[in-house]
Amino acid sequence: MDAFLAQLWIARWPLFDGFLLTIGISVAAIVLGTLVGAVVGISLVFAPKLARLPFVVYVDVMRGTPVLVLILAAFYIPAVLGLSLSATQAGVLALALFAGAHIGELLRGALQAIPPGQAEAGRAIGLTFPQLLAHVLLPQAVRMALPPWINTGVELIKGSSLLSMIGVGELLLRTQEVIGRNFMTIQFYVFAGLAYLLVNVVLDTIGRTIERRLGTR
Amino acid sequence: MNYALHFGAVWASFDKLLSGLAIGLGLAVAAVAIGCLLGILSAFASVSKLRLLRMVSGFYVLIIRNTPLLVLVLLAYFALPSAGIRLDKYESFIASLALYSGAYLTEVFRAGLLSVPKGIVEAARAIGLTRLQTNLHVVAPVMLRNVLPSLGNTFIGMFKDSSIAAAIAIPELTFEARKINVDTFRVVETWTVASGLYIAACFTIAFLLRRLERRFPKF
Repeated sequence: MDAFLAQLWIARWPLFDGFLLTIGISVAAIVLGTLVGAVVGISLVFAPKLARLPFVVYVDVMRGTPVLVLILAAFYIPAVLGLSLSATQAGVLALALFAGAHIGELLRGALQAIPPGQAEAGRAIGLTFPQLLAHVLLPQAVRMALPPWINTGVELIKGSSLLSMIGVGELLLRTQEVIGRNFMTIQFYVFAGLAYLLVNVVLDTIGRTIERRLGTR
Repeated sequence: MNYALHFGAVWASFDKLLSGLAIGLGLAVAAVAIGCLLGILSAFASVSKLRLLRMVSGFYVLIIRNTPLLVLVLLAYFALPSAGIRLDKYESFIASLALYSGAYLTEVFRAGLLSVPKGIVEAARAIGLTRLQTNLHVVAPVMLRNVLPSLGNTFIGMFKDSSIAAAIAIPELTFEARKINVDTFRVVETWTVASGLYIAACFTIAFLLRRLERRFPKF
């Protein structure tokens, strides 16, 4: 244990940097993913049938492909198309596209769960579509989609560990580098696992609390 | 943008991709089969009267669901040997995916258990079935039918997660795709085909499950 603590002290800054990068990547991915998901979710419900098609395809492709394949594809493909993305940018792109599809589906489900009478009532009193969305539908849908949205955040933090495979120096890759130096495999993998666990349990608890609060309404 | 598509290089190794797909499916089937056992046990523990059992089940789900699968996989493959447990890469991956899926399946089966109508349990007890008989002949069949949709979704999720086996050099679909990608530099084609195969597999599984569900009436 003392040996581990000594090694941990030596490795504290790389691991801390990795941890911050993990958080940063996940935050960037959920912010971008939420923007994409909002457009996708609203389009899936309200766009005319033909305009809906590309969104349906997008969601199905993203949800039928493993995140790791998305990450590898985002890492290799942009270069041959003449875009130069860093590994981190490629990883954030992949995670954001993945999250966008999931959040889009969440929002679609939530929007469709609102009784149609409300939208009709809103139209009847003369609300424009943006007004209807902003004042009637979205407040309810967001409330419904909030717990699973936080869950998507947990999935993203877990998914960000896959970026270690394309050389992004997030927590897991930093951990592997440290292990490569001191061979304390169990100790440092468990340590990394606990770090992920801690962040995710906090998020999970927030999600459950919100769910319980909303459930009693 | 100067990129001409040439799928030839990918078709030349298409058999490798297919065998990779088969390996991925095999890993997922083995892991989910074990995971179902873990999940059912843990689900029964989670509704048990004993507080200790509920806590064990709760901790299991909490810890595994909030840890990245890749960390579990690396831990099982690289770290367990130094604790004296030596598994080959297939065994260690199946073990970690089973442990991982077990946590998700706990919640699936738990919801299934709670979905069994109280009346039929009471009826079974009333005609003199023991508690074990009730669970075996009444609760289990109804629960299994009710969880079929979410069980299928979990299986599809675990099949997608089998791509992580590429991290420990198991030659499944993602690993083979990355190899073809690096060997031929037909980047766009490789990942399009690989992703297409995953999507086709997922949709086929989903389709088959839907048919299975229709064969058995919902309780």
